[in-house]
Amino acid sequence: MVVEKQQQKVLTGTYFKNGNWAIIEGAIASGIAEFFAYPISPASEIVEYVTYRLPAVGGKAAFIVEDEIASINMCIGASWAGSKVLTATSGPGFSLKQEGLGLAYMTETPLVCVNIMRGGPSTGLPTFSAQGDYMQAQFGSHGDYPAIALTPWSVQECFDLTIEAFNISEQLRSPVILLADGEVGRMMEEITIPDEKDIKVINRKQPPKNTDKSKFRQYDVSGQDDLVPPMAHFGEGYKIFGTGLTHTEDGLPKLDEDLHIELITRLYKKLEVNKHLFTEPYTYEIDDAEVVVIATGITARACLQAVMDARDQGMKVGLYRPITVWPFPKEDIEKIAQKAEIIVAEMSMGQLIWPVERFAKKKCTLVRRIGGTPPEPKKILDAVRKLVKK
Amino acid sequence: METHQHPEDKYYFITDEERCKGCGLCIEFCPKDCLGFSDEINEKGWRVAKMHRMKDCIKCYMCERMCPDFAIFVNEDESAEKAET
Amino acid sequence: MAEKSKEIDKSSIIKRPPMDLKHPQETLLRKKAIPTIYCPGCGIGTTIHAFLEALTKYSKIPQDQIFVVSGIGCTGRASGYINLDGFHAIHGRAIPFASGVDIAKPSLKPIVISGDGDLFSIGLGHLAHAARRNTDMTVICINNAIYGLTGGQDAPTTPVGAKTRSTPYGKISFPFNLSHITIANGATFCARYTVYEFVQLSKAIGRAINHQGFSFIEVISNCHVNFGRRNDLGDSIAMRQMFKKARVRMKEEDIGFDLHKTDIEYEIGKGFTKIPTGVFLNEKDEPEEFSERITHAYEFKK
Repeated sequence: MVVEKQQQKVLTGTYFKNGNWAIIEGAIASGIAEFFAYPISPASEIVEYVTYRLPAVGGKAAFIVEDEIASINMCIGASWAGSKVLTATSGPGFSLKQEGLGLAYMTETPLVCVNIMRGGPSTGLPTFSAQGDYMQAQFGSHGDYPAIALTPWSVQECFDLTIEAFNISEQLRSPVILLADGEVGRMMEEITIPDEKDIKVINRKQPPKNTDKSKFRQYDVSGQDDLVPPMAHFGEGYKIFGTGLTHTEDGLPKLDEDLHIELITRLYKKLEVNKHLFTEPYTYEIDDAEVVVIATGITARACLQAVMDARDQGMKVGLYRPITVWPFPKEDIEKIAQKAEIIVAEMSMGQLIWPVERFAKKKCTLVRRIGGTPPEPKKILDAVRKLVKK
Repeated sequence: METHQHPEDKYYFITDEERCKGCGLCIEFCPKDCLGFSDEINEKGWRVAKMHRMKDCIKCYMCERMCPDFAIFVNEDESAEKAET
Repeated sequence: MAEKSKEIDKSSIIKRPPMDLKHPQETLLRKKAIPTIYCPGCGIGTTIHAFLEALTKYSKIPQDQIFVVSGIGCTGRASGYINLDGFHAIHGRAIPFASGVDIAKPSLKPIVISGDGDLFSIGLGHLAHAARRNTDMTVICINNAIYGLTGGQDAPTTPVGAKTRSTPYGKISFPFNLSHITIANGATFCARYTVYEFVQLSKAIGRAINHQGFSFIEVISNCHVNFGRRNDLGDSIAMRQMFKKARVRMKEEDIGFDLHKTDIEYEIGKGFTKIPTGVFLNEKDEPEEFSERITHAYEFKK
């Protein structure tokens, strides 16, 4: 019976499991074929579970490779060969993966990288939770690139957002980062996996079957409204070439100023044109709020408690939780800032407050706590009280 | 492109001036000393190698193989090759 | 070039050839990318030529199943000139990329063409592990004993005493013996040739491509601009003449277990004095390669 259950691709039902488990189930439901990673706390559970589960549902390979750098590059390779791939890591490993992620953005390679955030810098607090990789997700690799990062706050969302991440990555031909904090990754709670037919899985756009293979230009976006070029794979006869250098529409390197401007502008524009694909933020009573708390991940759950308590006490407070952290929801922040004061609660010395203050165009209050635990609801409530009194 | 034809064996010998970078490897390693630099200078400013004495050529392919820029080649007579196989 | 004064015979020129004359490897070249970025006389061009000849003459694998990956550096550009599926990976990571493709599509045969700095300095860890796993790939390492593209700094293959831009008093540390490292890590086919030995090199590449499992070809090449010039070794012609003199053919039986017999010798002022070349290792029973092992390991599910 147990074996039979394992062979099911989608384990429909209700479970009491942790976030790392849900991420793997989400990835398998999306149809990943390969998984390459290096064990690192607190993401090791992902590595352990996927090596057991993926081969049993018909995946091609799931194993540990020599290092973090190899894992991201093997993922890029497998993606160019036509597979959906996943890699998982934590802070230090995420730093090592940055150059590879830069290559994936430049060559427009779909893949998903899970980052279960832990305390840093350096080895820091390996088994503790943190939210210190938001900036790294966008600015970690050198040069200009538009990052896509999603952040879950519950085990259920770990499952849903992993599927979402794969769908976005496949549609936009871009890597997507799933930023879960250590707490969400290892916390156990109820999760419901829907029927396979209710799960929407989108696969990448491929060149039409009647394409003249000798004339195929792999980065040609003419006629593509979404500015995403169709992806041809190795071994299909297209003789494609990929490079991290600034490239022409044929994919061949050419070091030219205008070409570079055109290429990088398109990468940014691609995200803007496809804005509708990104997950909407979670909001709680922000319409009439005088004070809005902005938080993500496990911190947002502490904030929700504080906001509910404040509402009970008659204060007009709301919660705004961006699920898509990058690209940053700047219009929403601008709108909120016009009528409300902003509190940013974070499990770091203050990272999300930078873009928030930039788009709010005013000073915001930062409630922070580092060392493995989110700020207590009491502390957030105190901050709310100070602002409301004014 | 300058094409030479061997007076007896009738195979062709081609040098591509656009690709030649004038390194002189073909001239040095030609066992029969058939090749030499010409006075011609190509678009990129290199002094190109040319066939000087085609009748001495023994079709050893040394120049074709030594050339790093695919600028020299000996065209195998296709009909003769087919007859062999 | 002694008899240079011989007269030039232009009578053999024909203006209009009767057929379209093309380089035998023309279909395998990306015409948009040619001419190459390499300096005149560079050994990388010759090695690419040897590889293409191996593909057309000696390889048993259909060309549409082959794809070429390279890393960063002068040699890193090689994959761009070859009209096959290709990828130009980041520095040192050509082998992981190729491993990823090999696992996702085992029918493809990855060929990694990269330099000594890329494969043995920044990417040594990946090479060792790919050899250990016996991933089905052919690695062609073009060893020019220097970092060429960045301007001539010393690489882990630069011989002791050699002057480079970053070792003005002569190279201090000992160089790697690339073939030794690769055999020690579990490669099942290993050969070394200089760029002078074109035919042997091409045949060895052909054998390596036909070999199932991790095969390695080391190509001793000339960087006369950055290595030769600073060590008084002359231009590309002089360096290839040096290879011609220094090469010593060795067979698997001659080497036995003492891989130090394959060490390259270098003398300050004279250049390379001994370069053992030949096929150093060829495991005839061809142990199972990695993607096959994966398939067998997961057979339980069917």
